[in-house]
Amino acid sequence: MTDWPGVQLHVVTGKGGTGKSTVAAALALALASSGRTVLLCEVEGRQGIARMFDVDPLPYAERRIATGLPVPGEPGPPGVVHALHIDPEAALLEYLAMYYKLGRAGRALDKFGVIEFATTIAPGVRDVLLTGKVFEAVQRNSRNKGATQYDAVVLDAPPTGRIVQFLNVSDELAGLAKVGPIKNQSDTMMTLFRSPRTAVHLVTVLEEMPVQETADGIAELEAARLPVGGVVVNLVRPRDLDAEDLVAARAGTLDAARVAEELAHAGLATDDDLVTGLLAEAHDHAERRGLEDSQREVVAALDRPTYELPRLPGGVDLGGLYELAGELRAQGLA
Amino acid sequence: MSGNRTRVGPLSGRRATGPLDVDALLDDRGTGIIVCCGSGGVGKTTTSAALALRAAERGRKVVVLTIDPARRLAQSMGIAMLDNTPRPVVGVDGAAGGRLDAMMLDMKRTFDEVVLSQATPEKAEQILANPFYVALSSSFAGTQEYMAMEKLGQIHGDAQRTGTYDLIVVDTPPSRSALDFLDAPERLSSFLDGRFIRLMLAPARGPAKLMTAGFGLITNALTKILGGQVLRDLQTFVAALDTVFGGFRARAQKTYALLQAEETAFLVVAAPEPDALREAAYFVERLGEDRMPLAGLVVNRASPAPRGELSGDEAMAAAARLRGEDPASLTAGLLRLHADRTRMVEREATLRERFAAAHPDVPTAVVPALAGDVHDLDGLRRVGELLAGGLQESPVHR
Repeated sequence: MTDWPGVQLHVVTGKGGTGKSTVAAALALALASSGRTVLLCEVEGRQGIARMFDVDPLPYAERRIATGLPVPGEPGPPGVVHALHIDPEAALLEYLAMYYKLGRAGRALDKFGVIEFATTIAPGVRDVLLTGKVFEAVQRNSRNKGATQYDAVVLDAPPTGRIVQFLNVSDELAGLAKVGPIKNQSDTMMTLFRSPRTAVHLVTVLEEMPVQETADGIAELEAARLPVGGVVVNLVRPRDLDAEDLVAARAGTLDAARVAEELAHAGLATDDDLVTGLLAEAHDHAERRGLEDSQREVVAALDRPTYELPRLPGGVDLGGLYELAGELRAQGLA
Repeated sequence: MSGNRTRVGPLSGRRATGPLDVDALLDDRGTGIIVCCGSGGVGKTTTSAALALRAAERGRKVVVLTIDPARRLAQSMGIAMLDNTPRPVVGVDGAAGGRLDAMMLDMKRTFDEVVLSQATPEKAEQILANPFYVALSSSFAGTQEYMAMEKLGQIHGDAQRTGTYDLIVVDTPPSRSALDFLDAPERLSSFLDGRFIRLMLAPARGPAKLMTAGFGLITNALTKILGGQVLRDLQTFVAALDTVFGGFRARAQKTYALLQAEETAFLVVAAPEPDALREAAYFVERLGEDRMPLAGLVVNRASPAPRGELSGDEAMAAAARLRGEDPASLTAGLLRLHADRTRMVEREATLRERFAAAHPDVPTAVVPALAGDVHDLDGLRRVGELLAGGLQESPVHR
């Protein structure tokens, strides 16, 4: 069913404004089927998950936030989505507690501002802490006693322009830690990120710049040997006119008299204004659809599995997320 | 919250509400700096470039400073490559006596230049080669913002001395946190004043009181986690950079003051989406708190208003009737498109109204979405016209 069997870590990136957080949330719902438990992580401190799912701001703790998308005709309950807001300071303290029994020294580090230094100023460390926690959630070990084992983890990642830098932790730390425990740790993380157990999905809209950035992003991911997943085309316009009508709408040759007749037949009080207005709107729409189609060809040429999500006219609320999750499931991303 | 009222920069004479008068802002010789800020993907770069072009063609001597590492502005200005030096934009109509230069920020080079100008050659070399410096200057979140402000300060200083420019338009980076560029100088200062830095500097400054049990505890812990080499690099870095930091801090404060000056105008750019407008609201509030002069809000990519008075519900109902008889009905398709557009416009209007209810004194310009992408001067001119057109969303809007 799914195009991505065996993927445990779904990384969702995209240019700003393309709706990557929405897609990440919908993907988490779609993956949480038939008793599966999925973790949805955010790393950019925006509390976007809390807003989308209409819950209180998330702490640095895994919280159950939603029931997964039910599969029609499948017995048993759907799965569960947990959410985690990863905050670098908390991640560092947790990491220190988990791997180094620092005790008093750990508290001293905090007191002397080392934690703040490491998470805000020390280069690359912030990203490594964030990815490190994601890694820990995917690959739970005995150090984190009693923690939930997840069937899949979805990461609402930084935008396309930063994604390679974000995931390429060993490179980021290369100049700093050539040997030692941090180096070993980041190498282990890279092994997961580069394996078929990870997929980096890119969200785009059918406009020139975002599609171009998606193409660039794929090239950069490939160069860094990170596994490229699917391309999710978001916010696709409605398809209420067929190809022939679109051509006519663009050329301005739609049959105004017939439209006026049908409007009257449908019981609308028609005047020329209404007909002219509808035809003008059709012309605009046809023009945009034409641009979309040319970008769709560019996306197709990227030769990646592609998924399309409609633009919901009322915006995305919780119900809308399930609707999008259903689309993703039907198309095979989940 | 009293006393922290949002100032409306060069337009401060009037209690401005309603549409933002972009041309008045551009024509006002008192406007020396325009800063476009907002979350990622809302069209900041295009807005900055369009404003700069319009100002130039209205007779201002303009430089536009973009920070976005993508070559978006370069593309839209028809320049193959932008670097750290302003270059004239070809094809600008100079009839009114204005001109336009454009540049893209090279943040590492800007940082290097600051270090070179502040430290002795040997010290500078030591800093530039340090792995911490290399990482800090090329990838530290906030460096870009800080360097943008640094470059703004430099260009402003030069322009004042030589009279090259009378208007600087600044595009801000698509930050993780939209206000990183305001916080960056403060963050750098607090980093320098932090206990950790003083701790790291202690050995270099000879015996200090901090060289106590606490210090040993920390260095041992750090060595255990990072390894000895990293700690030594870090110590060298901090010690070396300390000498140039005084200069940094003074400059950062000067730039901050420049942002607060009367000649500066902030434009908050947003898209008619809940997230972008929430971010914009936060921006407006923060600018107010920091006493930064806000000129107004630009809402990009607004859905064009539908024509006629047919409501979305009526259109959907009629479409359903037609589809019942003929599933391929063209008219039903047209009605559904109309309904979709009506709903989008209503939703966007509601979002804007909510923003206006919370921030009634922020003048707003609404720019309808263009059918195509903007990638040439003609496109930028069109955006400029739409910006200046204020709330006239569509010629047939009723």
